Amino acid sequence: MSQIPLSHVLFLSTGLFFIGLYGFFTRRNMITMLMSVELILNSVNINFVAFNKWLYPQQMQGLFFSLFIITIAAAETAVAIAIIINLYRSHQSVDIEDADEMKY
Amino acid sequence: MRYEQYIFLIPLLPLLAFALLGLWGKSFFRQYAGIFSTLLMAVVTVLSLYAAFNYFLVNGKAGGVYQSLIPFNYNWLNFSQGMSINMGILLDPISVMMLVVVSIVSLMVNIFSLDYMKGEERFGVYFAFLSLFSFSMFGLVLSTNIFQIYIFWELVGISSYLLIGFYFEKPSAVAAAKKAFIVTRFADLGFLIGILIVAFYGGSLDFNTLLARLGNASSPQSLSITTASFMGLSALTWSLVLVFAGGAGKSAMFPLHIWLPDAMEGPTPVSALIHAATMVVAGVFLVARLFPLYLFNGASQQVVVVIGTLSSLLAAMIACTQTDIKRILAYSTMSQIGYMMLALGVSGYVGEAGLGYSASLFHLFTHAFFKSLLFLCAGSIIHFVHSNEMKDMGGLAKMMPLTHLCFLVACLSIAGLPPFSGFFSKEEILAAAFAKHKFVYAVALFTAGLTAFYMFRLYFSVFWKNKNRLYAHRADTGPMMKVAMVSLAILTLVSGFVPFTQFVTADGKPFTSHGDLAFSIGPVAIAIFGLFIAARLYYTDNNRAEKWSQSWRFLYRTALHKFYIDEIYLFITRKIIFNGVGRPAAWIDKHLVDGFMNQLAAQTEHFSVRIKGLQSGKLQSYALYFFAGLAGLTLILLYFWK
Repeated sequence: MSQIPLSHVLFLSTGLFFIGLYGFFTRRNMITMLMSVELILNSVNINFVAFNKWLYPQQMQGLFFSLFIITIAAAETAVAIAIIINLYRSHQSVDIEDADEMKY
Repeated sequence: MRYEQYIFLIPLLPLLAFALLGLWGKSFFRQYAGIFSTLLMAVVTVLSLYAAFNYFLVNGKAGGVYQSLIPFNYNWLNFSQGMSINMGILLDPISVMMLVVVSIVSLMVNIFSLDYMKGEERFGVYFAFLSLFSFSMFGLVLSTNIFQIYIFWELVGISSYLLIGFYFEKPSAVAAAKKAFIVTRFADLGFLIGILIVAFYGGSLDFNTLLARLGNASSPQSLSITTASFMGLSALTWSLVLVFAGGAGKSAMFPLHIWLPDAMEGPTPVSALIHAATMVVAGVFLVARLFPLYLFNGASQQVVVVIGTLSSLLAAMIACTQTDIKRILAYSTMSQIGYMMLALGVSGYVGEAGLGYSASLFHLFTHAFFKSLLFLCAGSIIHFVHSNEMKDMGGLAKMMPLTHLCFLVACLSIAGLPPFSGFFSKEEILAAAFAKHKFVYAVALFTAGLTAFYMFRLYFSVFWKNKNRLYAHRADTGPMMKVAMVSLAILTLVSGFVPFTQFVTADGKPFTSHGDLAFSIGPVAIAIFGLFIAARLYYTDNNRAEKWSQSWRFLYRTALHKFYIDEIYLFITRKIIFNGVGRPAAWIDKHLVDGFMNQLAAQTEHFSVRIKGLQSGKLQSYALYFFAGLAGLTLILLYFWK
């Protein structure tokens, strides 16, 4: 089986990254924004794994790093959901446009 | 235990009183502040008298010469080998004599104030300040080195400032306190520069070392300080004249005397203590302390004579025209200190040639008593009349017999009539002046006549003129006031009989001065003449005084306006310094320095107003900026990172 080249995988991860970025910039719902952030993180994970596999197959750092990021992402999601719930309680909304008290 | 070992208690007990009264004078010590301070001062007086007894009569002499003892000297700041600032105690005839004077006058003023300041809101604070002053003055006279004396010099200055401004709700008192502070500080600048020059060339700050090094023409230090010159005068002359300027500021010598009359805004007992007997003679003490150097450097001694003579004459002339009772006394203080200075200026060193030195300090000694007595009597009168102006007084002899008697004793003493104490000291000063310089003698003699005239002008105007005047509010002289006045009157009577040249001489060797009866005729005659004129003009209610002042209009008006010296100072400060220096400096500060800063702030604000729209509070736009920045940086890195 001929191996798919590294660049294909990188295209996938870049695609995922910009989809996530686009979602983060355009969605007003905070839950959706959180999901976009997850997409960005996952694109990074794919990069790590891909580089590990293609460039340094004897080593394991990339794999471990992506596992580490998955853990961090889980914790981060928990915190973010807590913030969103609190924000919902005080603003009766999860729309990011409604939380703009910090402007000048 | 030898007496030198507890000398340190003399300054420290008043310091203790100051600390306790300063901390708790308004609460815990409120009732007993005066008693407490007075009792401590009584202890100090006993210690001082005991020290004086031991020093002068028991064991101060070695081989017929009074020794300068240093029982205690603590090395406080060490700069280099042989150059340090010490805190110590120096006992020699003048410091022991000053201990006696300061402690007795302090005690009397404390006693007097018990009644005089009774009911005062800040009674405890007043006594705290008095104690601070006593501490500083004791420290000043006991100083072992010129820097220590400078420290205490400033401390007496600050206590004087605090006490002049004691009634700080009166604007005039505040102005007077500021004036005294600024004028003496200006003078002290000279003093400090003088100290630095002396210390630089002498390589020491210690009095005895300095006198030994600089007063000896063959020592290397003396050679270097006399050969170094600036603007045609040697460094020694400069330093001594500058030190004298400091002394002249404190002692209210012309032309730095302008603060003293205004200082009378303070409570009257304060004037008696600080501005008559003790602080204002610090200048005389300083010159006496460095006397061998002034003698060694003739030019600086000339300055002392000229300033002393001029001050005594000018002040006496001004005193003849003033109408405020305390101001007259202030000018008479200035005139008498002028006497002391001129006596130091005409004095020699060895044996009887040093008569002027002894006479000066003798006059300091007697003057302290009779002048503080005069001030206390004035306080008693002001207490009774509730006014400082002579025109509000008159015919008080019957109403205040004791004050009248004390005032008369002090007047006779200051006028120099025998057998009162002023006679003896003034006599010696005149004799010293006569021996050295006939012109100075003539001026001093004329001043003696003026002194008798203006003192008795005051005496007759206050106690005899307008015999039938009635007084609305009558406050009786309290018992403590009487005690203080009578004690000082007794001291005024007896202090002239102290054989002063047996104790205090320039070279430390006692000698016997013998009054010459024929010589005394002149001064006594001119004093009686002055007294007689005063009696003719002011004993009864008449208009002879006005006629005289009309016929001598120019001189009268000039003296009445204090020779326009205040106006000259105002002209110099307002017109020249304020307009010429202050205004441009203020303009630069306001327009250039402040302007630059203001512009900086305004531009920053302007800029921030423009960019504040970026702070939208929208998370996503922030994220966009963040991403754009990141992308930009990445591009830059990619482009430049070869």
